[in-house]
Amino acid sequence: MSTEMKQVFSHPDSLKDVQTHFCPGCQHGTTHRLVADAMDAFGVQDRTIGVASVGCSVFLYGYFDIDVVEAPHGRAPAVATGVKRVHQDKIVFTYQGDGDLAAIGTSEIIHAANRGEGMTVIFVNNTTYGMTGGQMAPTTLPSQKTSTSPYGRNVSTDGYPIRMAELLSNLEGVTYSARVAVNSPKNILQAARVVKKAFEVQVKGQGFSFVEVLSACPTNWGMNPLKANARVESEMIPYFPLGTFKDSTAA
Amino acid sequence: MQKRLLVKGNEAVAMGAIEAGCRYYFGYPITPQSDIPEYISREFPNVGGVFIQAESEIASINMLLGASACGARAMTSSSSPGISLKQEGISYMAGSELPGLIVNICRSGPGLGGIDASQADYFQAVKGGGHGGYHIIVLAPDSVQEMYDLTMLAFDLSDRYRVPAMLLGDSVIGQMKEALTPHPYISPGDLPAKDWAVSGKDGRPQRVVKSLFLGDGELEEHNWKLHRKYQELKDKEVRYEASDLDDAQLVVTAFGSTARIAKTAIRMAREEGLKVGLLRPISLFPFPEKAFLETTSKVKRVLCVELNTGQMVEDVRLSVARDADVFFYGRPPGAGSLPTPEELLAQIRKHYKD
Ligand SMILES: Cc1ncc(C[n+]2csc(CCOP(=O)(O)OP(=O)(O)O)c2C)c(N)n1
Ligand code: SF4
Ligand SMILES: [Mg+2]
Repeated sequence: MSTEMKQVFSHPDSLKDVQTHFCPGCQHGTTHRLVADAMDAFGVQDRTIGVASVGCSVFLYGYFDIDVVEAPHGRAPAVATGVKRVHQDKIVFTYQGDGDLAAIGTSEIIHAANRGEGMTVIFVNNTTYGMTGGQMAPTTLPSQKTSTSPYGRNVSTDGYPIRMAELLSNLEGVTYSARVAVNSPKNILQAARVVKKAFEVQVKGQGFSFVEVLSACPTNWGMNPLKANARVESEMIPYFPLGTFKDSTAA
Repeated sequence: MQKRLLVKGNEAVAMGAIEAGCRYYFGYPITPQSDIPEYISREFPNVGGVFIQAESEIASINMLLGASACGARAMTSSSSPGISLKQEGISYMAGSELPGLIVNICRSGPGLGGIDASQADYFQAVKGGGHGGYHIIVLAPDSVQEMYDLTMLAFDLSDRYRVPAMLLGDSVIGQMKEALTPHPYISPGDLPAKDWAVSGKDGRPQRVVKSLFLGDGELEEHNWKLHRKYQELKDKEVRYEASDLDDAQLVVTAFGSTARIAKTAIRMAREEGLKVGLLRPISLFPFPEKAFLETTSKVKRVLCVELNTGQMVEDVRLSVARDADVFFYGRPPGAGSLPTPEELLAQIRKHYKD
């Protein structure tokens, strides 16, 4: 039997070795890791440009060791369009929260997707505006209490949570659209495959790819990390089903 | 002999931009500037340019931000209501020290207003139209030739200082046709390398284009840095046209299309024997403060004419010698509100003193 040791797990090259500012139990960090792993897998760290949005993930440049442009709230897909049109041979991704992408930035995401811009969008849905203190988001679940829906989201006046991955999958310009969660080892492994696939779509020049990641925000949900994690399974996944809604690369 | 063409002001902007090497245009249709995207969408395929008709002015300015962050010479154009929508993006560009050209072919307002020539966006342009206390470079052409020339200059100044630049025209300058002598663009040659632009880090340290500064003292220092650039612009990059000032008893000041009418009125006044001169700011930011101070150390009477109810006149008043008198004549923009030369001549007579 060989005693040689093989390294099977390491810190991604694309991620800096720094302390995180995210709250305990926040899943932004997990998603950062998956994005970094995808960049490493394709060896594109040196030719990737990230576009940060406004939300808890605004410090993208503090974690990823890549070139980064910071966009105004909601405008990351437009900024990324400008970047990608200049650097057509580079890898360009946006990383956006649900307030950023599904409320103030709806126009930009729909039209970047519809133009089929060759970018990858990582969309972190935590059913709330994390950074600003837990206000109601377009993804807030029916009856969910937030700081601006203190009696619970009333769908008759506040409307319904938007399912972005499904919505975008209806656009001709979209090559790949999927939803994942990072609440269990099994789901994380699946999320890793999907994020990698989304980057592969771009590396191969196949068009616009979109991954929605269901994410816990223990702080603004008023839960401990374990309870928040359990809520992803019990409340989020039933409304926001996991799966691939469009994959035009499939033969 | 150099070739002379009869072109529209808006087309001259597009021609100047292409000649200056701009290969990225992002915009949204609005009268009276749509000739610019129309011309560019027609000509860009011949030069390998990227033209995007965006979903909104907000998206356009952010596409410009992205292209500019990559170091590309890029532009957008719009008219007043669309420029209002761009203000957040312009503020981000100013904060991120990104160059880029924003063309505003102004129309009248407020609100939907009308499509007539207007100078009512002066404040918005020169005082930092968005949040956070910044300035952009603002150039105001008064002819089709200047639409061409100043477009080139705007790109150069913007690249040199890493400050967004605006070409401030209006529907008269944008829509009228007159002779243009196109000339090749000559790069200043000493423009700083864009060693801040993102491209994928490729072995070098990470580059970040951002306007967020949270560390203790960081944002204050950043704002002082921006302030020093604005001071440098005031020291080095002021542009204005002065004429007939030597013996003048009254100096008329106006910018853009109003200056054209003022020039005719001044000529008529001279024919009557009135000693009247012209001081026309071409750079509205940086404003020709020193030129006004120097001129009014001799000429003590200034008549400021604008197509609004008084905006540039505030900067004139701040700049002139303390014992100079500043008079204002303006009309709010709208159909039929463009003053006639005779109207301005009457104002000249009214304020003239030998
Ligand atoms: C134009 C504008 N409006 C509002 C804000 C305030 N703001 C900052 S982050 C944010 C919401 C962030 O929520 P989300 O996108 O869901 O990201 P999260 O923090 O939850 O990851 C808001 C409203 C802003 N920065 N700019
Ligand atoms: S507020 Fe929520 S989303 Fe933001 S870092 Fe904390 S847990 Fe994460
Ligand atoms: Mg959120």
